[in-house]
Amino acid sequence: MTASSENALKERQFKIVGTRPLRPDGIDKVTGRARFGADMTAPGMLIGKVLRSPHAHARIRGIDASKALALAGVKAVVTHADFSKVGADLDDVSCNVMARDKALYDGHAVAAVAAVSGAVAAKALRLIDVSYEILPHVTDVEAAMGADAPVLHEDMFTSGIRPKPDRASNVVHRHEFGHGDVAQGFEQADVVVERHFTTAATHQGYIEPHACLGSVGPDGQGELWCCTQGHFYVRNACAAMLGMDLSHLRVTASEIGGGFGGKTTVFIEPVALALSRKAGRPVKVVMSREEVFRASGPTSSTAMTVKIGATRDGRITAAEAELKFQGGAFAGSPVDLGAMTAFACYDLKNVKTVAYDVVANRPKQAAYRAPGAPMAAFAVEGVMDELAGKIGMDPIALRLKNAAEAGTQSSYGPKFGPIGFVETLVAAREHAHYSAPLGPHQGRGVASGFWFNFGGQTCVSLNLHADGSVALAVGTPDIGGSRASMGQMAAEELGIDYDKIHTIIADTSSLGYNDISEGSRVTFSTGLATIQAARDAITKLCGRAAQFWGIPEDAVVWEDGHARPAGANAGDFEPLSLAEIAATAAKTGGPIAGHCEISAEGAGVSFATHIVDAEVDPETGRAQILRYTVVQDAGKAIHPSYVEGQYQGGAVQGIGWALNEEYIYGDDGRLQNPSFLDYRIPVASDLPMIDTVIVEVPNPGHPYGVRGVGETSIVPPLAAVANAVSAAAGVRLTELPLSPPRVLEAIDGMAAEDEA
Amino acid sequence: MAPITVTTTINGEAVSYLCEGDETLLDVLRDRLGLTGAKEGCSTGDCGACSVVLDGRVVCSCLVLGAEAAGREIETIEGMADGETLHPLQEKFIEHAALQCGVCTPGILVAAQVLLARNPSPSEEEVRFGLAGNLCRCTGYDKIVRAVLDAADTMRDGQ
Ligand code: FES
Ligand code: FES
Repeated sequence: MTASSENALKERQFKIVGTRPLRPDGIDKVTGRARFGADMTAPGMLIGKVLRSPHAHARIRGIDASKALALAGVKAVVTHADFSKVGADLDDVSCNVMARDKALYDGHAVAAVAAVSGAVAAKALRLIDVSYEILPHVTDVEAAMGADAPVLHEDMFTSGIRPKPDRASNVVHRHEFGHGDVAQGFEQADVVVERHFTTAATHQGYIEPHACLGSVGPDGQGELWCCTQGHFYVRNACAAMLGMDLSHLRVTASEIGGGFGGKTTVFIEPVALALSRKAGRPVKVVMSREEVFRASGPTSSTAMTVKIGATRDGRITAAEAELKFQGGAFAGSPVDLGAMTAFACYDLKNVKTVAYDVVANRPKQAAYRAPGAPMAAFAVEGVMDELAGKIGMDPIALRLKNAAEAGTQSSYGPKFGPIGFVETLVAAREHAHYSAPLGPHQGRGVASGFWFNFGGQTCVSLNLHADGSVALAVGTPDIGGSRASMGQMAAEELGIDYDKIHTIIADTSSLGYNDISEGSRVTFSTGLATIQAARDAITKLCGRAAQFWGIPEDAVVWEDGHARPAGANAGDFEPLSLAEIAATAAKTGGPIAGHCEISAEGAGVSFATHIVDAEVDPETGRAQILRYTVVQDAGKAIHPSYVEGQYQGGAVQGIGWALNEEYIYGDDGRLQNPSFLDYRIPVASDLPMIDTVIVEVPNPGHPYGVRGVGETSIVPPLAAVANAVSAAAGVRLTELPLSPPRVLEAIDGMAAEDEA
Repeated sequence: MAPITVTTTINGEAVSYLCEGDETLLDVLRDRLGLTGAKEGCSTGDCGACSVVLDGRVVCSCLVLGAEAAGREIETIEGMADGETLHPLQEKFIEHAALQCGVCTPGILVAAQVLLARNPSPSEEEVRFGLAGNLCRCTGYDKIVRAVLDAADTMRDGQ
């Protein structure tokens, strides 16, 4: 894209994009009418429940379900033997859905029952006799890497190291990213800071537990209703696990009560279908909150070492990180994404990150908002903060001095296009928050963060009705107001009123394949596809007008919702509105629709800078957030309220991660706190208002300049909060969460050191 | 054990149902009466998604037995709007984008309604403490608190 077209994007005047219309699903959601995963029923429906391993690691010698099956009201029992063999891409997912020869974590599903009521199903679970041989287990990431750690998978040999290992281990792979020569870079440094950091596993914490209703008839045709971020993926995974044709399974996405990445895979959905097939009746399965914690995806726990060197004037000469993430019982922790994003904010000559993907006896991790990036940023931005202190430089000034800009070679490879990192830093520095006075025991922290944002396969269909209203069918579940932003983009492009557009989430049999709503891709990719589908419809509308007027198609233009002759030479005709053309469609060639099927590319990366004030009670170690400001580049905010909402929600999830949230395992390898009482997410009274600043540096890869916004917002807060709390406590804190006992211990440790 | 017959009032209407002795009010509302507006987020009284009003007080319906509702007055989210006319809280929630996924919304609206009935002019802090029993994972609460404060203003003006 040329500079002039970039400017055109910056200066484009929008009518609907950038305004704040009411969301179309709002009334349903404030009146209780909206149907979420657990709100659906079917005639003859059974209730399914899942039996889960109480052991962190155990061989399954046998499963005897005869007593359960003999119980009145029990209609079916399934185990792994009821699922088809799947390809390598789904093998771990399938083994996570139902354990095979080993239970790999506390909560791993081993069998399931369908019965006439939940009470009967629960009773039946207790009658299933599983014979376990308990094996030694490991839940800590660094312990799992040890040479004498119990090995989860006898066929796992670490890739990416030489010589090729001859013993199985829990390390899946070692990957390296970067460029330049870090050893040489550190030699040029005046100051070097190196620290070791750890973070605890946290859960996405969506308020709606996983829920689904599945039905497979004797003809082999199936239907599934479920809360998911990607019903096309669910269809593909379930069909494979049940040995069905893709076209024989229709999946409908319910309203979704939060996902944050955690609803991008399958857990109970294949189980409900397998039970239904066996029982011959629809089966509903809803996870309890305890099951959500024990068996659905938390994020990785991590151990990280970061080293950064700089000259006295604040120029970074070298940066290095070693990241170890355990991703639960299967390969695939987001450590590579952590390693790629760790230093992405900075323009570095010498940079190296090493990533270790590790398995341990914990639930298989699932994506959580910018997977991998918040932890890496916690470590890197903590060292940046300390470095700024050591050389006596303002922390934002240090970041500005080293900030990545358009043309910078990123630490993970490609050169950046137009990006808005510097803009977020400048806006943060100039924000009143940054210079506000602080009281005693209070500290201020800043941190920055980066996320790639995804594109991906997308398919949209836009049908014009005879009355001039428009049905927009998209295939990406609405996880945070995307119906509104899609409606805005379609209305903007077509030049009609926002309330003329009705957006629905189509089922898997009504629309082509759509990737999951993840990676902050929806507003970008589905938006791009919506705009293109609208343009496709406009071409057809112009064609109909041309036909009507008897002039060539290219002599018609579309302006303000009307077809008009392109100029005086084209003829003198009254403009025709969308509604007028649609009303006569039956006579001019039939229904008018616009379509778009793409694999969207050009998702713009985005950056954020957060400012936090925290107060620490020196008596108890309790940290309180006093003030919080999010500054983030949105490219172009389609619906600013929902962009702000993404910023605020991400920041607060990050605050919880930094201060409270933590998976706690006992020595027995069992999760100790699988409830909202003991796994404490932030509540309203823990928090201040979350101020937001939307920076807009347009993404040239999108017609309106959109960048993803949903994930970058959770990248800086772990570090920003830790930097603020460290400043308030007067001691560098490197382990999350910053729970009161941990903070108090650090304060006392420092006091003891001072006395010594 | 034989099911229990319960007669109660829900959203102003007399209702009778049968329930088991150990069945929660939440299960009765959702599974027997088709009132699925109250949500189950935890079933242990920790999330507030199942909030309903019982004789003027907010309760977690997952912690109340269906049998306990006999002879009492229950209000649920389904009864908040007056026909097509939304309650000011409902309007302000939509206007302020105080919901993202919306699964916490019914419980929060019910809790906020009772909060405002008790205290028509709450401070920000009072709203935050008043809603501390209702978890929202999407919004960070900012827009929820603003919507409640704005609804309180509107309701005071309307009187
Ligand atoms: S479901 Fe009742 S408080 Fe969570
Ligand atoms: S809006 Fe999703 S939990 Fe509150």
